[in-house]
Amino acid sequence: MSTEPILVMKDICKSFPGVVALKNAQLRLFPGEVHAVMGQNGAGKSTLIKALTGVDLPDSGEIRLQGKPIQPTSVNEAQKIGISTVYQEVNLCPNLSVAENIFIGRFPMRGFAIDWKAIERESKAALAALNIHIDVNQTLSMYPVAIQQMVAIARALSTEAQVLILDEPTSSLDEGEVERLFDALRQLKAKGMAILFVTHFLDQVYAISDRITVLRNGEFIGEYAASALPRIDLINAMVGREVNEAVSATNGASATDITNAKPFVSTQGLASRGGMRPLDLDVYQGQVLGLGGLLGSGRTETARMLFGIDATDAGTVKVEGKTVKINSPYKAVRQGLAFCPEDRKTEGIVADLSIRENIILALQARRGVFRFLSKRTQTAIADEYIKQLGIRTPDAEKPIGQLSGGNQQKALLARWLATDPKMLILDEPTRGIDIAAKLEIMELVKAQCRKGLAILFISSEMSEVLRVSDRIAVLRDRQKIGEIAGQDADEQRIFQMIAGAEA
Amino acid sequence: MKPDTFRNLIRNPLFWPCVTLTLLCAVNFYFNRGFFDIEIKDGHLYGSVIDILNRAAPLMLIAMGMTLVIATRGIDISVGATVAIAGAVAAAMIGGSLVIKDGVQTYVSNVPMPLAIAGALGVALLCGLWNGLLVAGAGMQPIVATLILMVAGRGIAQLITEGQIVTVYYEPFFFFGNGFLFGIPFSLYIVAVVLIILLLLIHRTALGLFIEAVGVNPVASRFSGIQARTLVFSVYAFCAVTAGIAALIITSNVKSADANNAGLLMELDAILAVALGGTSLAGGRFHMIGTLIGALIIQTLTYAIYSLGVPPEINMVVKALVVFGVCVIQSPALREILAKHAFRTREVA
Amino acid sequence: MNLLARINARTLPLIVTSLLFVALFAFGSVSYDSFFSAQVFLNLFIDNAFVIVVAIGMTFVILTGGIDLSVGSIVALTTMVTAALVEQHHWSIWAVIPLVLLMGCAFGVMMGVLIQYFELQPFIVTLGGMFLARGLCYVISIDSISITDPSYAAVSEYRIMFGEEAFLSISAVIALVTLAIGIFLAQYTRFGRTVYAIGGNERSAILMGLPVARTKILVYTLSGFCSALGGVLVTFYMLSGYGLHALGLEMDAIASAVIGGTLLTGGVGYLAGTLVGVLILGVIQSLIAFDGSLSSWWTRIAIGVLLCLFCLMQRFFEHGGSKLSALFSYWNKPEEEGSAGSGAQPAR
Repeated sequence: MSTEPILVMKDICKSFPGVVALKNAQLRLFPGEVHAVMGQNGAGKSTLIKALTGVDLPDSGEIRLQGKPIQPTSVNEAQKIGISTVYQEVNLCPNLSVAENIFIGRFPMRGFAIDWKAIERESKAALAALNIHIDVNQTLSMYPVAIQQMVAIARALSTEAQVLILDEPTSSLDEGEVERLFDALRQLKAKGMAILFVTHFLDQVYAISDRITVLRNGEFIGEYAASALPRIDLINAMVGREVNEAVSATNGASATDITNAKPFVSTQGLASRGGMRPLDLDVYQGQVLGLGGLLGSGRTETARMLFGIDATDAGTVKVEGKTVKINSPYKAVRQGLAFCPEDRKTEGIVADLSIRENIILALQARRGVFRFLSKRTQTAIADEYIKQLGIRTPDAEKPIGQLSGGNQQKALLARWLATDPKMLILDEPTRGIDIAAKLEIMELVKAQCRKGLAILFISSEMSEVLRVSDRIAVLRDRQKIGEIAGQDADEQRIFQMIAGAEA
Repeated sequence: MKPDTFRNLIRNPLFWPCVTLTLLCAVNFYFNRGFFDIEIKDGHLYGSVIDILNRAAPLMLIAMGMTLVIATRGIDISVGATVAIAGAVAAAMIGGSLVIKDGVQTYVSNVPMPLAIAGALGVALLCGLWNGLLVAGAGMQPIVATLILMVAGRGIAQLITEGQIVTVYYEPFFFFGNGFLFGIPFSLYIVAVVLIILLLLIHRTALGLFIEAVGVNPVASRFSGIQARTLVFSVYAFCAVTAGIAALIITSNVKSADANNAGLLMELDAILAVALGGTSLAGGRFHMIGTLIGALIIQTLTYAIYSLGVPPEINMVVKALVVFGVCVIQSPALREILAKHAFRTREVA
Repeated sequence: MNLLARINARTLPLIVTSLLFVALFAFGSVSYDSFFSAQVFLNLFIDNAFVIVVAIGMTFVILTGGIDLSVGSIVALTTMVTAALVEQHHWSIWAVIPLVLLMGCAFGVMMGVLIQYFELQPFIVTLGGMFLARGLCYVISIDSISITDPSYAAVSEYRIMFGEEAFLSISAVIALVTLAIGIFLAQYTRFGRTVYAIGGNERSAILMGLPVARTKILVYTLSGFCSALGGVLVTFYMLSGYGLHALGLEMDAIASAVIGGTLLTGGVGYLAGTLVGVLILGVIQSLIAFDGSLSSWWTRIAIGVLLCLFCLMQRFFEHGGSKLSALFSYWNKPEEEGSAGSGAQPAR
């Protein structure tokens, strides 16, 4: 590692109307290192990146690249001076070819025309450098997300970048794909590239990064060498208070005895073409069934299948012993099922409608168009849940889009609790919300379960699954590979199961 | 007035449509002092205002249907063609001739009038079902799906009229467009009935909530158990039926069906009325009363242009400018600029 | 699989469209005497020259995911302004044509700015443009103005001979040249590729640093220009200016683009396809004319049916296509694992 930083951000401040997003943030980036920026939501990570890539101008502060002060005002400008960015979602054009995606915006020209031959040649070379060998004339959308992400990186690199920013590039990749990405990053690192890596996944931070900068509430907390910062200290730095990461895996298990009970929902050989392989699953009332597995193992697909969103083409679903056909959410709701989807913004909340309307939406849908809840009843229901779940809002008439993530999630829970469901499917209910709200939501889940609700709990954080589940079904490659009781489970065992299935 | 109540008033979605309408009426009054005069002739109310209301009736009807379609993030550009088809069916079925029987003039229709009306509305409903099928069933973009009927519809209407203008000679049919009931044009009763039914459906059932929910976030609505497809499907069907009713009024009014020109550019007027009424063309929250005011604004504008003695063709230029004006005022970009400005002034203060 | 993958959402409609055109032409040749001749084929270009030009602009707009409803009325306005200036003010043809072309561009710029900077829906803005241009026609005159200027008549009557019998008009040649330039623009210039990129994913295009705002405004400018050029061709064809010229032309242009395989959601399509689309509409009209017993309204119905079929086909490929590709990658998993090629997981 060289001793001179290639990039220095000093005393960066940025405020938006009503919010201070960054207060004297600092960042040093050396060539040949992978540097992780960590922080909770709202810590200012994305604002920092936006300042660096010219999306948002900082109010004050200084950015120096190779000692020279810079002030990029557009993505283009940042790219020209050597700062390239790869974003969380693949920001390429799915309709263009791979080669074109790598070169668009800086096509080599021959006279007045684009030199397509050169583009094909050079894009092949660029991908080969990342150890990817694919048909570059094929449309991008024909390739899986991981490849698209690699194409995005190839694009970022081919601009003679000195600094590569990766903004949560792994959130839609599975384990193997992440490994490939990391291989590519290590190669780049060896070539002296400075890489700024933003992620939520602790494991990945430790797997790849050399140093870590922690931000909290827009302020710079510290810069650490990754090898010298134990996980627990990193978490403390991010959260700002003492938390014990290894919260005991044993939970205050509700442990309803299921030896004699009948499952509320049970599936036999439920499968969908190109999606899940045949799946047997039993969910009992008064119990939390956790779905363990890595990303892409079929957790969300299971939930969607059960709730009638994705079509199934084999197997049966029994609700309380009776075989039913659930081929739409409408029918699922009729059977007493409820589903909090993974993507809160696009699949959960109805942003422009009020909290009240959002809370009563599913109940009203279940009652049908004509059995209308009067506004007074609606308000009463909404107020009750706002109080019960501790949703922080001045009143129920505020548009739900204006609430924080945690409160939106609680309102979604309220939406389903209002329907008095028998089973609740929670897909990543704690994603993207701060730790305090996470704990609160987990507590709510447990409380509902104690009241006799059947719960299917999905989370990419294994520790969360372990904490709340009575039983854990372990998935791998869209297939269930086993099931263990909550009190016998720990991360090690589950990962062993996943690894064992691989052998 | 307290500043707070004033702010609430301005925030009311009906505020700007009402202001626009008032201003237009004032312009009319300035050029024509008799604008607000209403006189009673033969027990019928006559006057400019009544005339505007009467002429706006078809537009109001279609715009009401269009409001629901737009609220679900859709658009229906085939309503003009639907008007042509339904009008052609009505005229062809009624037709009629003057028969002098025993020295008394009697009007005879081809088929009984109720049947003809049912036929016209039924065909309109079919048009709507077709659109609904393409949008909700096949999942096409609404503008594309309804474009198909828009292109083919006039051809179908001409098929029915065999390329002729079909004249209606059956007197009782003229009541829809020209008749008076208790001194008020009959068409207004039709508008009122449709409006009341709609308002009841919106406010006394969950329909309004569901439509808005689907318009704001179709996926989340479906995941909440709303049968979004059925809803969207019905909305297109309903919109086409309003076009069918409008077609009856229009056909009755001009006593003939012209496949080429009946309801021409009606879709555009209807969309404009919805936008003028304060409903965002991006879907979501909608304002039924606002739409009615929007339709009245368009008709009053037309009236003003006539009374100013400008050639009526200029109407289109004015409408175009209104479209641009309304859109720019509604645009998020302009609001952002204004908000920034307001923020700055508050900071200074 | 490679070959199968190449015949995908973007190329199949084009193939189907071309086959359909050949089939229709063959049907005509079999059914009617004298249908099968070079001149009947070339007449398609002569009679539809202005449609081709207008549809080229429309295709660019649709490729960005937008739509331009104003094209028909800009054509009408162009004929009107031309007729008024030439007939009533005795301007030279060489002064009038550049002026009207500029006017078309100005119209496009105005609408583009409204769409881009005020974030308005293209549909509604160009609808306003449509009203405005038609209205302005009537401001000039409510009646048709015929153009008697000899230079217009000369251009109109000039025939470019191909062999003994067949000929093209100047308008048709202009249309073909415009098409060639359009194809070059779309496939070989930065502007063209940016158009495709915007249609694919506008947000990505911005983040990739492409000049999105400028390109979108330029696209509407181009469409305005094409409409004005189309209008000039109409003056050659009809030798008159009239506010009712080119009524509903926007629908024909959109239909041609869609039938030619351009996705209305943007990002996918070829100008060559649009040409075939126009020719199909033209051949349907010829068929109906040759038949003699069919009424003209059958044209509208036929266009509607075709539009419907092609839209459904597009829908199928949007959905079925991606599902199909996911399936392929799933099945091919074992072989591909070694090649370090595609991660072989079906795209989510």
